[in-house]
Amino acid sequence: MQVNGQFQPTIVAFCCNWCSYAGADLSGTNRLQYPANVKIIRIPCSCRLNPMFILRAFQRGADGVILCGCHPGDCHYTTGNYYARRRMTLLFNMLEYLGIERDRTRVEWVSAAEGAKFAATMNDFVETITRLGENKRLEDLRCKSK
Amino acid sequence: MQEQVRAKAIELLQSGTCDRILGWKTGEFFYDVTPAVFTTVEEIEKDLVYNAFCGANFSKYLIAESRKGGKIGAFLKPCDTYSFQQLLKEHRIWRENTYIVGLSCPGMCDMDKIREAGIKGVTGGDFTGETLSFETLYGQQEIAREAVLAERCKFCKSKKLVIFDELLGEQGEERETGRFDEVERLEAMTAEERFAFWQQELSKCIRCNACRNVCPACSCEKCVFDNPKSGVENKAAANSFEEQLFHVIRAFHVAGRCTDCGECSRVCPQHIPLHLLNRKFIKDINEIYGPYQAGADPDTRPPLLNFNQGDPEPKRGDVG
Amino acid sequence: MQRIGVFVCWCGSNIAATVDVEAVAEALSHEAGVVFSTNYQYMCSQAGQELIQDTIREQKLTGVVICSCSPRMHENTFRKTCERAGINPYMVEIANIREQCSWIHKDKAVGTEKAIILGRAAIAKVLLNAPLTAGTSPVVKRALVIGGGIAGIQTALDIADAGFPVDIVEKEPTIGGKMTQIDKTFPTLDCAACILTPKMVDAAQNENIKIYAYSQVEAVKGFVGNFTVTIRRKARYVDETKCTGCGLCTEKCPQKKVPNAFNLGLDTRRAIYIPFAQAVPKIATIDADYCTMLKTGKCGVCSKVCTAGAIDYKQQDTLVEEQYGAIVVATGYNPIKLDQFDEFAYSQSPDVVTSLELERLMNAAGPTGGTLLRPSDKTHPHTLVFVQCVGSRCDGGEKGKPYCSKICCMYTAKHAMLIREKYPDTEVYVFYIDVRTPGKNFDEFYRRAVEEYGVHYIKGMVGKVTPQNGKLYVQAADLLGGQQLKIEADMVVLAAAIEPDKSARPLATMLTASMDTNDFFTEAHPKLRPVESPTAGIFLSGACQGPKDIPETVAQAGAAASKVIGLLVKDHLTCNPCVAESNELMCNGCSACEKVCPYGAISYIDKDFRGPGRTTLKRRVAQVNPAVCQGCGACTVACPSGAMDLKGFSNAQIMAEVDAICK
Repeated sequence: MQVNGQFQPTIVAFCCNWCSYAGADLSGTNRLQYPANVKIIRIPCSCRLNPMFILRAFQRGADGVILCGCHPGDCHYTTGNYYARRRMTLLFNMLEYLGIERDRTRVEWVSAAEGAKFAATMNDFVETITRLGENKRLEDLRCKSK
Repeated sequence: MQEQVRAKAIELLQSGTCDRILGWKTGEFFYDVTPAVFTTVEEIEKDLVYNAFCGANFSKYLIAESRKGGKIGAFLKPCDTYSFQQLLKEHRIWRENTYIVGLSCPGMCDMDKIREAGIKGVTGGDFTGETLSFETLYGQQEIAREAVLAERCKFCKSKKLVIFDELLGEQGEERETGRFDEVERLEAMTAEERFAFWQQELSKCIRCNACRNVCPACSCEKCVFDNPKSGVENKAAANSFEEQLFHVIRAFHVAGRCTDCGECSRVCPQHIPLHLLNRKFIKDINEIYGPYQAGADPDTRPPLLNFNQGDPEPKRGDVG
Repeated sequence: MQRIGVFVCWCGSNIAATVDVEAVAEALSHEAGVVFSTNYQYMCSQAGQELIQDTIREQKLTGVVICSCSPRMHENTFRKTCERAGINPYMVEIANIREQCSWIHKDKAVGTEKAIILGRAAIAKVLLNAPLTAGTSPVVKRALVIGGGIAGIQTALDIADAGFPVDIVEKEPTIGGKMTQIDKTFPTLDCAACILTPKMVDAAQNENIKIYAYSQVEAVKGFVGNFTVTIRRKARYVDETKCTGCGLCTEKCPQKKVPNAFNLGLDTRRAIYIPFAQAVPKIATIDADYCTMLKTGKCGVCSKVCTAGAIDYKQQDTLVEEQYGAIVVATGYNPIKLDQFDEFAYSQSPDVVTSLELERLMNAAGPTGGTLLRPSDKTHPHTLVFVQCVGSRCDGGEKGKPYCSKICCMYTAKHAMLIREKYPDTEVYVFYIDVRTPGKNFDEFYRRAVEEYGVHYIKGMVGKVTPQNGKLYVQAADLLGGQQLKIEADMVVLAAAIEPDKSARPLATMLTASMDTNDFFTEAHPKLRPVESPTAGIFLSGACQGPKDIPETVAQAGAAASKVIGLLVKDHLTCNPCVAESNELMCNGCSACEKVCPYGAISYIDKDFRGPGRTTLKRRVAQVNPAVCQGCGACTVACPSGAMDLKGFSNAQIMAEVDAICK
């Protein structure tokens, strides 16, 4: 999205309910700033994140997608983030293989106590995506520009 | 070999072991060999073939056939047995209603390569041996099977039959044919080059669904792309998202389950190298989580339904 | 057609200062499906809730979106509000415009714009919400306590006193745990056995308590209110029903060279043994690793002397399966192994001991009959050096633990004081990083050690202990004095860090309970739910959750018991309705979902379906047990056909949110 001639990325953050969503709340409670570009979607666990949701976000105009979950070993459901980690590892590799910039996708483990880490992560991610610029490739994958 | 296959089919019917036989039958063109169910000796003697064009993987057909009651006999080539075992692992085939004859396979041929070799106007011939002989409008022509092997057979991962009730021909071995070389070549490109490559390839897609329909792993009762409630429904190329990412989602859905049988690329009328998507997943799985071959055995947990506490984190980019 | 009402909360100025609530309400009023939109100062207040309820009735709302604080704060409040006004509580969605919007932004225009987008996402989701009804599941009115130390005993006694049957599983032949090995307790210096053994007897005699000693939990299935636990009763080679605990066999057994685990290997016992005189249950156990009869088939002395005929060399492990409504983990702690701390010469000299070993050396029932003697030559030590924080508070590396073991400062003060009192001719040095004495009468106790008993407390760490000519040469730094010290000591006592019992990690896996990186069990909330595990129905008692002393352990044990009682008095539990659901018509029966389900909530049945042309087709389809499913959604992604979906967080709902945000 361009606002006053400046690129404002749209970023979707999927956060697990137990750790990262609480971590995001904590960064709010502590008044730690991060850009409004980040919009959070609450999911019960990082393992609820279907790759389709990520692709959908990109297709609808997201410039970056980040998944935040409990640290490995601390999943509220014990094993969810381990599965999520494998799925995202492979999916992100595939997107890179298709020529999509690797940095548009990220996984970060943020505990309920890590409000500062959440804010820092989001600041960094927004900066990265801003530098990458608008996401065009996923939208254009099938349409040859001639 | 074709004679042995016919004889075995007839024997299975006559002995009452099976009441139907799943075999190959020549279609409209000689190279257009399709799966067919045979119920009589006459049909078998007349139509059943086993030649250089019997690429079709029967395992997916057995999902429906094994549920029809009675016993179906089926001929499976080595790569087909992997798909068959993978489907058994997923409880899709009723094993007790099937009788599997494992066939050794010298590799199947690609008609385009035969044409490229200058053989045209074919009216008939013998395509069963190591050398294929063609009767053409321009006279008799011959070519070695090895020279016109389909891409997937050139990079055959295994001549081993992993599951069968009976063996026809010889048991083979797993092979190393450099099937990931092409994936590596793509990986070595810049992101821009890869993007251009895939844009070039995927833009050819006409969404005929042949890849999905032939894929043994794509055997869902209802495909998400046909399901209005899935959020990604699209039966035809109507809305931009689904048509662009159909292949990514399809590849992800079969990741860890795809045996690399190569049917998707074989049937693609637009010759999109779809197997390169699947092989990327296979290669990554092998490298990150340890060697895994879907369908190779009945028990090993599929990599995406498994984890190790020490699995590596998703790779980060250079910018972030 | 849905009729959605939107309620934007100011939260005083918490939201309203950074978000133009009026503009948000106005913008959201134009969204499809929205029939009413307003803003109010405090939505969670009585008046705010009444506003919502009145609007629901007047506007005949079918769904509600509340733009307010985090759903973690007031989702339940607003669900109940709406339920009272007659709509299903799961027809409510919260847009988090406080923690995730107004509090993190300063620019009002930015905050307002984001709040509108978050509101749109919530509207998009609620339009796809379906009314959900929470199911119920029955509660088995019996509890299991894993671990029979003071934590487990106290929890079991409290639960039993409330009238519920409770079983204790203890892996050792007797209950009692670490406290049985302790001589005296701080800060009162009363004898540990005198306060513990009556409790052990109480537990044994309580008709609501059943003790499975020398047993281990083998498998756990089920869920809160309805666990099925398999307990392995290890073979004692002694018939528990016949053994009278007379102890004759333990005197006659010819195998005398078995390291006595109860005395931490400081002396020996027989191959058939009763750990200590007050053991509960007081039943002999044959140590299969040392018993000549079990190893070679030749001996049989114990069998000959046993008048009760209790010895059974052919005894096998047996498995018992029991149902429980709640499980309490009380697996306790152990001192860490000190093989990585060679600088203290623990492996080189028998006169370098751990604090727990010192407890045995000072205990009247210990290897020296309560007289403090050096293990090497059984002489009276004159100079003792205590080293604190051995393996505690270690930063990084594989050596030691990052945390404070909490109990060492106090028991070291206790040891120092007891030694100085009993043997005034000794010199006692304590090397410490900090002395930590928060606790009732703790600091007074420590000061007594220093002021009344003349214990030399020196701030600084011991660098090296060198055994030489029967002495221990201790090199240490005195940080306050700014000098290096060399002390010629007779004994060195190491305050080894404590760590969770090794059985805890596999147990946590069985219970699907979470642990921290140090293998301490994680509590559901570090402040507000300290005795519950995040896994429903699993409770935490004692040092398995973190280092604690005895009073804290007993307090936590009682708290865990009260939580268990609170659960067991219920006849039924309300289940979370946001669970997975499989659409049979689309299910492939492939078992992918079952493999990733951490709760075993998914099973399969063969079911007949109508096929084309009046045929019937048998298909294998997944079924979710809604009482077991916890709603993580792992299955929904494993399922390629999308047959598996999660209520309350369905594919369509999440995608609608994505669409609303990315629009």
